[in-house]
Amino acid sequence: MRAKVAISKASEGASGMTGMWRIKRPVIDEGKCNKCLMCWLYCPEAAIVRGKDGRIWITYEYCKGCGICAEVCPTKVIKMVKEV
Amino acid sequence: MILTGNHAVSYGVKAARTEVVAAYPITPQTQIIEKLAELIAKGEMNARYIRVESEHSAMTACISAEACGARTFTATSSHGLAYMSEMVFWAGLGRFPVTMAVVTRTLAPPWSIWNEHTDILAQRDSGWVMMMCESAQEAYDTAIQAFRIAEDERVLQPVMYGLDAFSLSHTAENVDLLDQEAVDGYLPRLDPSKLPVYIDPDRPITFGNLLGPDRMMEFRHLIKEAFERARRVIDETAAEYSKIAGRPQTGLFENYRCSDAEVVVVATGASSGDVKEAVDSLRDKGVKAGMIRLKTIRPFPGEEIREVIGGVKVIATIDRDYSFGFGGILGRELSAYLKGNVFRYIAGLGGRDLTVEDFEDIINDALRRAEGRRGDVEEVWWGLKEVE
Repeated sequence: MRAKVAISKASEGASGMTGMWRIKRPVIDEGKCNKCLMCWLYCPEAAIVRGKDGRIWITYEYCKGCGICAEVCPTKVIKMVKEV
Repeated sequence: MILTGNHAVSYGVKAARTEVVAAYPITPQTQIIEKLAELIAKGEMNARYIRVESEHSAMTACISAEACGARTFTATSSHGLAYMSEMVFWAGLGRFPVTMAVVTRTLAPPWSIWNEHTDILAQRDSGWVMMMCESAQEAYDTAIQAFRIAEDERVLQPVMYGLDAFSLSHTAENVDLLDQEAVDGYLPRLDPSKLPVYIDPDRPITFGNLLGPDRMMEFRHLIKEAFERARRVIDETAAEYSKIAGRPQTGLFENYRCSDAEVVVVATGASSGDVKEAVDSLRDKGVKAGMIRLKTIRPFPGEEIREVIGGVKVIATIDRDYSFGFGGILGRELSAYLKGNVFRYIAGLGGRDLTVEDFEDIINDALRRAEGRRGDVEEVWWGLKEVE
């Protein structure tokens, strides 16, 4: 159907490669992560993905480096590392 | 049923099975939403009444409810409409088929609660279909038709309709109410899937997002096309309604005794009945007068009116509004479509009373000016006094 107004539909990367905006990148210490999913829940860009086995990882193409995940992590295993 | 213009709107909105009313009180509109609140509280009308802290919020609530698939209505006047203006544009440019009654009132300063059309006309570029009612009966009829025009798939734009403060809003007359069954047949339930913006959790969308210069014009053009189609839809909607009501209806404009007219007066709103009386009175005196009553102001029926009165030698337009540095808004707009003698009268600003005699005098004045006996002034401020 032809659009009647300007709307956009949800799709991965609809706003482009926003990972380019990042100054610091969040890095998860997987060995110490207890898979509580707080970072997955709080990430405003849905850039943290939850795998079938409960494992989580960050899609760096879209992560803007806001640091909320590191802030909310109860075990403090996400470090913000300066991009080079 | 004996109803004021305001209460006629309330009963029309009820008959249309409106689902959401969000409004803020302001004189002289308040009676509309008071009656709706009463009907909802009594359980006579199945709708949600949203109390808001301002007119800006009222329109925002209407837009949001409409996006969820509800039929919505609000009403305001003057300063309330001016305060609402940002969201009036959001509704128009976002194509939310909300309907709104505007009881026309002078904008301050100096403070005033009396009638003038400048408030509603100042919103004329907001993407709303705009109409003006002549009587309480027409206010009731228009309240129902407005939803059908707004929700028509060929239009999908909001509709506002004006009622003159006090002379229409607070004046009681006999109003014919339709059977609910007839209204239901005429105005089916709103189908949310046809809305330009429909918020469905299963199909997430973003609305109101940034759009660059490379695409904006195309979306404006879609609205332009909707307004061109609206011309036919408005006349069709009126014709269909007249079948269920058994009374003639006016779509774009009313042609009153213009077929052989040598002088035609163009006006709008609640004074139109008095203008018609002036036309009748002059006809009795041998003056071939006629009247065009503008029911619809957006889309502006300029070409359609030209087809009727393009050959008339003397035309007088009456504006109860003013655009400073330009002139009476409707007279100026109509002049763009007509050649020859168009005399523009500015009359009744701030609620100053206009009588049948005034309208007769205006028509005679235009005839004299056309003969060059009153100078070639094209804009006349009717009855202007000295300021002390």
